[in-house]
Formats: sequence, structure tokens, C-alpha cells
Amino acid sequence: MTDTPMTLPQSPGLMARLRGFWEGSSRNPAKRVQFDRPLTPWLFVLPQLLIVAIFFYWPSVQAVTSSFYLEDPFGFGSTFVGMDNYTDAISSREYRRIAGFTAFFAVMVTGLSLSIGLLLAVKADKVIRGASAYKTALIAVYAIAPPVSGLIGMMFFDMHMGPFTEMAAWFGYEMKVGINYNDTAFALILVAVWKQIPYNFIFFLSGLQSVPVSVREAALIDARSGWRRFKDIVLPLLAPTAFFLLIINITYSLFDTFAIIDVMVKDKPANNPMTLVYKVYLDGFKGNDIGGSSAQSVILMVVVAALTVAQFRFLERRVHYG
Amino acid sequence: MGQISFKSVGKTYAGGVTAVSDVTLDVAEGEFIVLVGPSGCGKSTLLRMVAGLEEITDGEIDIAGRVVNRLDPADRDIAMVFQNYALYPHMTVKENMAYGLKNRRTPKAEIEARVAEAARMLELQPYLDRKPRALSGGQRQRVAMGRAIVRQPAAFLFDEPLSNLDAKLRVSMRMEIRKLQRRIGTTSLYVTHDQLEAMTLADRLVVLNGGKVEQIGKPLEVYHRPASTFVASFIGSPAMNLLDARVEGGQVWLGGAAMGPAGRAEGPVTLGIRAEDLRPAPASQGVALKVEHVEELGSGRVVHGHVDGQTLAVSMAPGLSIGDVLHVAAAPEALHLFDTTTGRRIETRTRTAELVQ
Repeated sequence: MTDTPMTLPQSPGLMARLRGFWEGSSRNPAKRVQFDRPLTPWLFVLPQLLIVAIFFYWPSVQAVTSSFYLEDPFGFGSTFVGMDNYTDAISSREYRRIAGFTAFFAVMVTGLSLSIGLLLAVKADKVIRGASAYKTALIAVYAIAPPVSGLIGMMFFDMHMGPFTEMAAWFGYEMKVGINYNDTAFALILVAVWKQIPYNFIFFLSGLQSVPVSVREAALIDARSGWRRFKDIVLPLLAPTAFFLLIINITYSLFDTFAIIDVMVKDKPANNPMTLVYKVYLDGFKGNDIGGSSAQSVILMVVVAALTVAQFRFLERRVHYG
Repeated sequence: MGQISFKSVGKTYAGGVTAVSDVTLDVAEGEFIVLVGPSGCGKSTLLRMVAGLEEITDGEIDIAGRVVNRLDPADRDIAMVFQNYALYPHMTVKENMAYGLKNRRTPKAEIEARVAEAARMLELQPYLDRKPRALSGGQRQRVAMGRAIVRQPAAFLFDEPLSNLDAKLRVSMRMEIRKLQRRIGTTSLYVTHDQLEAMTLADRLVVLNGGKVEQIGKPLEVYHRPASTFVASFIGSPAMNLLDARVEGGQVWLGGAAMGPAGRAEGPVTLGIRAEDLRPAPASQGVALKVEHVEELGSGRVVHGHVDGQTLAVSMAPGLSIGDVLHVAAAPEALHLFDTTTGRRIETRTRTAELVQ
């Protein structure tokens, strides 16, 4: 036994990679590309940096600044009010109620779309005959634009002709999406989940298919129960995919569901569920309260950033990168 | 009945392709059987049928007295070592070895003891808490072996376990596997395409070609008495020379020279002679070989040339001078005759019986 252990570099976690990038050090010096002139690499990243600067940093700075001002609705001037916009937002009962719903909505949408996506992927992975037809049928939904899926959702829950409303009627329940708070919440979650399942499905399916066949076969010899094999072998190997999807899904449920909510809630009586992002839009663009709306969006930004950092800190540690 | 027995076992895929047909074989307890053949000969399929990873479409396979055709892989009491090791990447070496036992509800103390014993045998103690990715190829291979050993199964199945290792490591692992198997005494089925590995490991060889058994026998038996031209050319290196020859008047004739007595029906035959059985001979006794190319191997040399328009290789001791034309001959017992149409061996005398000893 003279063969020396091969020390493979530990594949660094995302945070470590980010940190490495920030400190300008690469763990693998052999892979570093050297440029003759120090400016050249910056030229390569310039287009990307410009896009990020124009569409992210600049508006962020604008939002932070205007959150400290009380803006005239018609743009005739602004007054510095300090933290008033923040205290107003946080102390408002309505704001806290919407924050509560947003949390509930995010948990439900993320949880359901992840678990259903995984379930479908596991089942589709086992299909041999006509596999591509199943996959296409499941993935096709992803091609639908959010406002359109919101519209389709509206039709399904229409009070006069919606099939879901009819189904609820069989059980003696009168469903009033757009009027009843809980019914609307249910419809929002359902449409948001439906829209996101294909995305999770694609990633989980490709994750499943990257689990080596021989590892599955070894498990087949080691464990009789299919659930056991899934739980002990397949799931841990899917963890990197699942972690990535968790981040993406939370972001989706918080931000990208805007169009769905807009289509389903707009032009409806006031007492409807909505997420914080939608409230930012309502207050800012419908209510013309630019300062208050900015403060809310800054709060949201901080919360989401904190959430993401927390996930990388505490969850990613338990993820095994192959 | 043996520890593993195959009764007319066959495998036909849904598309109608037959991968394995009519394999009948009894493996005795503790025996080391090597399934060998070129790629696509069905050897891996046969092994996977024993493991339960491929369905058995014809015949029956018995393991330790149970028909296993309908049993799950986990219930067949076998352990398998895969070509690419198939270790669980997220588990430590220890967890990898213990996993199969844990699922069989083996008591904890027993698992600990067996893993410790296997780690000692395979010199894996320093690595028990490492993940597979931090191990070298040879170490991973040993972990895969350890995972099989701790199970104490009725049979080990090896699916080309050494082909991912470099040449030097392969030789040492080969010996280790053989020593280990002798010590533990577990019946083993071993699949390889490497005839050298097959020769050195096997108690008995099963040579497969096109899904059919060509020959079953001890390595030397197969080497000295190949049952067909296929086996003759597959087992041994350099490959046995196979030449078109004629039998006339009880003699085998090649390129105008009588090579030796044949004592059978007249007509064309395929004459097989191993390169190492050919010796330089006086011009009157041997056949003329037009030398074309000499391979220097250090320990010897292989002379390639033409006889009567057919290629012939001759192994020679180093230092002998080689001219343009070399006369070579072989002892009568080193001549193998095969039917030109079926490729099967034609028995000439009983002389082979002595050689096998």
C-alpha cells in the first residue's frame, strides 16, 4: 500500500468562493490568468458591471436617499424627515399584517413548489417509456409569462365560470376570489406554486440524473427499502441542488410573484392579501408616497439580504458538494 | 450443487437483442471464477444478473441453495465491487462500509467489530473518517472491497474492479484481491476483459464470446488446450498464431514443410502454434519465416514475419542473431488443430492430458 493519498482540493462553498473573490485570492493559483496590463480584466467585466450599476446600485442608492425624505406627490420638492418613514412603516398595523402574510406566502410557496417539484422529478426519473413527453408536459408551464399565468389563474377561480369555484361549490363552499381574503390568499399561493414547479422540476431532475448509476446500484444491494435509499443516498447528493433552489424559490416568492398578484388583486376591493413588494408598488406608484415606499423597499432589501446570508451561513455548511 | 449455480441462464432484452444465452455453470464454495471475454461478450451482464441488477429472462440462478431469480438485490446475500468503486461520496469510509450492515439491522457492536477488522485487513485504519474524494484510486478500491467484506456474504461479485487503476497499482491490487479471497474463502465471481488478470486470479476461467460460453476450465488447461480458435487467440500474449494449413498423409503441412504428425482426417485445418512454442531449427526441419519486424522486450524478443503469405510471431531468447530468413519448428505436442469452419478444436492425441499437469 504505497500509493500516496491524492489530496483533492476541498470544493469551496459559495461563501468561501465569494470571499476568495473579494480578497482577490484564488485557492488554485495555477488557474489564475495573468494579464499584461492591469486594466484589461476590468475591460472584460465592464459591461456586466455597468448593467449591475445602472439597474441595481444606482436605484438602491436612490431608494436609500429618498427613504429619508418626504416627497411632494407632484415632484415640487422634498423635506428631510430622518427615520420617520421607517418608523411610520414599522409601526403601521397594516404593514405588519402584510409582512406576516408575506412570510406565510413565502413559506407556503417555497415549501410546496420545492416538494411537489421534487416529487414529480423523482417520479419522472423512473419513467423509461415516453420520458421526454412527460418532461416536456411538465416543463412547458415554465414558458408561461407570470402575468399570463395570473390571468389563467383568474379564469380558473372566476366566480361565474371558474372550474375551481365550481369544484368548491360541489362541497357547498362559495369561493369568492378577489373578495374573500382567505380565498384570494389560497388562489395566489396555488397559482404561484403552479408557476414555479416546472423550474424546480428541471433542476431536481437534472440533479437526480447526475447521481451516478453505479452508486444507485450499490445502494440497491445495500438497502432493500426504496425510501431508505432515497433518504440516505439520493437526497444528500441532491442537497446542493436543493440549496440553490431554496434561495431561488424564496426570492421568487418574495419578488417574482408580483405580476401574479397584480393580475389577481388589481381592480378588486381593498381587503385583499398582498406581499410587501406589491405594497411598495401600491404606496409608491398608486399612493404617490415615494419616501414611505422607499423606506419599505430598503427594509425589504435588508431582510432578504440577511435571510440569504443566514442561509449560506447555517444551511450551506450541511450541504455536501460532490 | 455449488455455491452459485447457473442453469441454462440467458438474457434477451426487450428489443430482441440476446446478450447472454444458455450459460450452465456450477461454482463450488470458495472458488474464484473469472468471467473473461472481449467487450460486449455478455460477461458484465451475466454478473449483473447474479447481483439482481439485470433481470434473468431464461433459466435459473441459485445462490447458496436459493433460486434468486425473483429476489431483490438486497436479499440475494451477495456483495458487489464496481468498476468505478461506486462509493457514497457524502459518507466517510467507515459509514460507507457500515451502511449495508446498518440496513440489515446488524447490532452496533458487531458493525464496529466488522468494520475494524476489514479496515485492519485492508490497511484502511488511518482513513476511516475521510470522505472518498480525499482518497487515492487504490484506497477507494480498497474501501469498495471493505464494503463487500464486512457484509460476509455468500458471494463476492467483482465487475472489472481494477480497470480504473494505473498499470502498476493494478498488479499489486490483483495480488491483494487474490490473497484476501484465499484468506476469507468467499466464493467469488470476477469479470474482466484482461486475459492476464483472468489467468493469474482464477481457480477456473469462463471464456465468453458473443453471449455464449466458449470454454470453462483451469487457467493452464485453457491455455494449453484452447477449445476454439477464439479462446486460442484471446488467452495468452502474444496471441496464438493461427494459420491455414493442410493435413496430408498424417502430417500437418505449412508452407511446404511438415510441422508434425496429425493422425486425423485429411484436408485443410487451422493450425495454432503459440509464439513461445516455436524454436529456431535447421533449414531441413523447419518452416521458412521471412522476418519483417523484431520487437525487443528486454527479457526476450518477438519476431514477426511471413510464412506462406501468412503472419507468424515467434518468441525468442535475447542475443540470438536473426537473419532475413529464419527456420522455425515446434514440438508435435505444441501443435493445435482447429476445424476451419467451426473453429472448434480437433483432438489429435491424448498428449494434452500430460501437459495440463
